Amino acid sequence: MIGPLLDIRNLRKAFGALHVTDDVSFQVMPGELHAIIGPNGAGKTTLIHQLSGSLASDGGSVHFAGEDITRVDMAGRVHRGLARSFQITSILDGFTVLENAAMAVQARSGSSFRFFASAARETPLNDAAMAALARVGLDDRAHRRAGSLSHGEKRQLEIAIALATGARLLLLDEPLAGTGHEESAVLVALMAELKTTHTIVLIEHDMDAVFALADRVSVLVYGRLIATGSAEEVRVHPEVRTAYLGEEEAA
Amino acid sequence: MLNLFLLQALNGLQFGILLFLVAAGLTLIFGIMDLINLAHGVLYMVGAYLVATLTAYTGDFFLGLALTIPATLLFGIILEVLIFRRLYDRDHLDQVLATFGLILILNEGVQMLWGAAPMSVPIPDVLSGSIPLIGNMRYPLFRVLIIAAGLATALGLYLLVSHTRIGMRLRAGATNAPMISALGVDIRRLFMLVFALGAMLAGFAGAMVAPILSVQPGMGDSILILTFVVIVIGGVGSVRGAFVAALLVGLVDTLGRTFGPILLRSLMDPSAASQTGRTLAPMLIYILMAAVLFFRPAGLFPAKGAAQ
Amino acid sequence: MSASDLTLAGETPDVAPQRRLSRLDGRGTALAAGLIFAALALLPLLATAIDDQFLLVTATRIMIFALAALSLDLILGYGALVSFGHAAFIGLGAYSVAILAAHGIDDILVQAAVAILVCSLFAFVTGAISLRTKGVYFIMITLAFGQMAYFFMVSLSAYGGDDGITLAARSTLFGAPVLKGNLTFFYVVLAALAGAFVTLRAVVGSRFGRVLRGTRDNRMRMQAIGFSPFRYQLTAYVIAGAIAGLAGVFLANQAEFVSPAYMSWQRSGELIVMVVLGGMGTLVGPIAGAVAFLLLEDWLAQISEHWKLGLGIFLVLLVLFTRGGIAGFVSRITGRGTP
Repeated sequence: MIGPLLDIRNLRKAFGALHVTDDVSFQVMPGELHAIIGPNGAGKTTLIHQLSGSLASDGGSVHFAGEDITRVDMAGRVHRGLARSFQITSILDGFTVLENAAMAVQARSGSSFRFFASAARETPLNDAAMAALARVGLDDRAHRRAGSLSHGEKRQLEIAIALATGARLLLLDEPLAGTGHEESAVLVALMAELKTTHTIVLIEHDMDAVFALADRVSVLVYGRLIATGSAEEVRVHPEVRTAYLGEEEAA
Repeated sequence: MLNLFLLQALNGLQFGILLFLVAAGLTLIFGIMDLINLAHGVLYMVGAYLVATLTAYTGDFFLGLALTIPATLLFGIILEVLIFRRLYDRDHLDQVLATFGLILILNEGVQMLWGAAPMSVPIPDVLSGSIPLIGNMRYPLFRVLIIAAGLATALGLYLLVSHTRIGMRLRAGATNAPMISALGVDIRRLFMLVFALGAMLAGFAGAMVAPILSVQPGMGDSILILTFVVIVIGGVGSVRGAFVAALLVGLVDTLGRTFGPILLRSLMDPSAASQTGRTLAPMLIYILMAAVLFFRPAGLFPAKGAAQ
Repeated sequence: MSASDLTLAGETPDVAPQRRLSRLDGRGTALAAGLIFAALALLPLLATAIDDQFLLVTATRIMIFALAALSLDLILGYGALVSFGHAAFIGLGAYSVAILAAHGIDDILVQAAVAILVCSLFAFVTGAISLRTKGVYFIMITLAFGQMAYFFMVSLSAYGGDDGITLAARSTLFGAPVLKGNLTFFYVVLAALAGAFVTLRAVVGSRFGRVLRGTRDNRMRMQAIGFSPFRYQLTAYVIAGAIAGLAGVFLANQAEFVSPAYMSWQRSGELIVMVVLGGMGTLVGPIAGAVAFLLLEDWLAQISEHWKLGLGIFLVLLVLFTRGGIAGFVSRITGRGTP
């Protein structure tokens, strides 16, 4: 398709006098991996909340595949192909890994107002779920209780669930949060592979990962987007250097 | 008709003030400790029983009242130390069950100590008169006292909450208790203070109302439900919300019960109006609550409004 | 609505995470249920053997409350919705019988249909409003709606008001007084209880049940995969209300008397106790809980007129010192561990 898959225009969100999202505009082209970076407290997570629909914006608009989805709720956005993963792992601990993914498949597979047939035995749901799990490398863990996974595996599951929703665009909120060196490498390789089939908006602190994966990077500082461009362009941008390294360094 | 309206409006105001006294403490307890306390109504009942006993013992209502206030404060502290402080970390379900059990214990306990027969407290002579209103209509002095005492307490609470350090901690606690604990405020002492304050206010309300109602086991239960309605309408954690909601509930309930049937009689025949009136009147405040919650699921002035 | 789902740090949950049993321990609960139903089915033989008809009557009454507790478990145990007004449905169901009988309609099928309809409607309207709230608000608003129903019945002097109304006789089936005998009535209620149990077991494992359980465990996650929790919770609330209404129909027949006291908030509290005592979120737990609670109540009442004191102390101690109720206890000693 032509034109951006995700088009953010003048997005705003304020809590009292604090402008957490301050007139943010950027575009994400189909197939792109667009990273959003910025110092702590810049408002990155709030932005993800606004993009995914869990937080209503005060102003501006969000367009997905040409449709204005600003007023659409979270479930609606998921059904249109926009899904997120969480920075603080948010899975269903008491369910199996397979069920976690199968639920996401169930959400897009017809009505869930079925009261008698066992959902756990629905082969089409389980097959699609297994495919998502296989893609992230968790298929051998399918029948374990999700709460028993290691931290890195849980981060993988977060991504698997987002995949299982059938989304075209994945909003990944700090997928590498709290992971060690080896776990990070696994996740970075996974995201590189996902790039080939999905459009990704990636919020991350890990600069190595960002520069290895990102096609374009946007920099968020105190709620404002101060730069957008290729990884290299952003790396040498003076305002970005100031924001991260402080006034003295920029000199 | 105007006289009747004025009379019932004052009654509604008095009832509302009473509800405020009970609700103010409870909304802070809900708001700051996130503790569901079904037993709060029993504290109101204990206040009434204590003033009944102490007045009979000393022969003086004012002395009885003066002794009841610290007594309910002490009782509240004892309950907090024995039971409630173990409930802060439990989920709402456990709190519901434990405080439900507490109601059973205290209602039954009161019956065992004082018997099941209702007790009465005579209005002291100096307050048994009435004051003139409009025309030749008069209003009982004691009820005026209740209104005055309630308003004074409301003012005192307002000053406490808005203009003192403790009040600041209370407001901060109602917005985000773990945060102020992390900031160094002694949360245990704050919780005990809030609980004791709530107990004292409820006991005071019970004591004030004892001369005009009958003191009996279970009297706390009906006030409890009304208090919940007030808190839900006003917004959990907000004393201001409790004040507005309490007056609203008091007025709607009292005026509704009086004027509802009158209004209905102009629309339908007397017996149907009477039945409809008797059915709708107690339901009015619940309908009010449902209406408020439909538009504002967190009440009128929620303390945790920052969550938006 | 969506912003309120961002939970504030440190906010007390309605039902703590460790109580939410997501794994359906199929064989364990099936076995327990099988034992309980088998025991109940054989109870009349015991009653005849020891020549105690009262045993049958008591057991019937216990099964009726077990049915109500079962329905509450759907929303409380599987939905984490602490509803403090559930007894209202029992009352509405019972009054459906009483009011229809007062107008000459004795057929139990008609009465049951009306009861289910009335309860479903009441559940739909009150649920739609209540489910817009969460936490403390939800508990209090369900309490308030329960009270509203209670006062409504008290005000209807034509049907006894506060004093209640006596039924001339039990309901009939196509004109025949089949429920008149205690034995037949016992088996009818047992069949209903067993039927409800089997049905709810299927529901809980279905697509619908899975969404309900997922929402209980992590509402935000369910929304993030595309589910809108409200419609599922409301549906569960209506189903629970309807089943409790059916229990009310049986209660009216069992006692041949209906009063507003059936729907007091104390009754709602007792229902919660039954569910929690037995072990919420297990379906078989609430049945065990109803048995245990009502037997305890009867036993305490025989010991002292101030039995409510004992019950209250029992409750406080239960909360302070145990977790998971009877079902939790059994699973711990049989090793079918629950985390």
